[in-house]
Amino acid sequence: MITAEQLPAWVGVPVIIFLLLGSLLTFIGALGLFRLPHFYQRIHGPAVMVTLGVGCVLIASIFLFSYWQSRPVIHEWLITLFIFMTAPISAMLIMRSAKYRRKK
Amino acid sequence: MLIALEYTLAFALGMGALSMLLCGARLLIGPSTQDRILALDALWVCTLMLVLLVGIRLGNELYFELAMLIALLGFVSTMALAKFLMRGEIIE
Repeated sequence: MITAEQLPAWVGVPVIIFLLLGSLLTFIGALGLFRLPHFYQRIHGPAVMVTLGVGCVLIASIFLFSYWQSRPVIHEWLITLFIFMTAPISAMLIMRSAKYRRKK
Repeated sequence: MLIALEYTLAFALGMGALSMLLCGARLLIGPSTQDRILALDALWVCTLMLVLLVGIRLGNELYFELAMLIALLGFVSTMALAKFLMRGEIIE
């Protein structure tokens, strides 16, 4: 469970807003992946999930843990950097393989 | 404020589970192979978000290293699957 003392409002409100935003955007991305009719439209869903959804959750956790430990936390910045570097590469690779398969 | 954070975390965990369910459905019914690889990539992303939320909920910093590991494994597996789809073999 959460073991901190009382959380002040100037930390709690942005954390809650970013958590809600991130979870809703992840759900919207998954819904797009499930419902869109064509593959080249469906590939936009995971992009929204990676950049906006996980990005908002990471911002919330950076804020909360930097407040709890009263020092800037580095781990989450590493995760953010890695995800934002690798998500376009994997999307581009899947896209290229799909295009290659269709051409063949 | 802590109670509101609890409820928000429960809601976000539910949303993550729901999106995992949708990605799993796409993984099962996907008409082509690249759809399934895309759904698997999205499942890695959902798992990453769930691990981050559990780390916030338990207040433990160890979960973020786990999330880093999950991101690494997801990227490598997606890359290997896409390369297998394109070339027919992984290590040439």
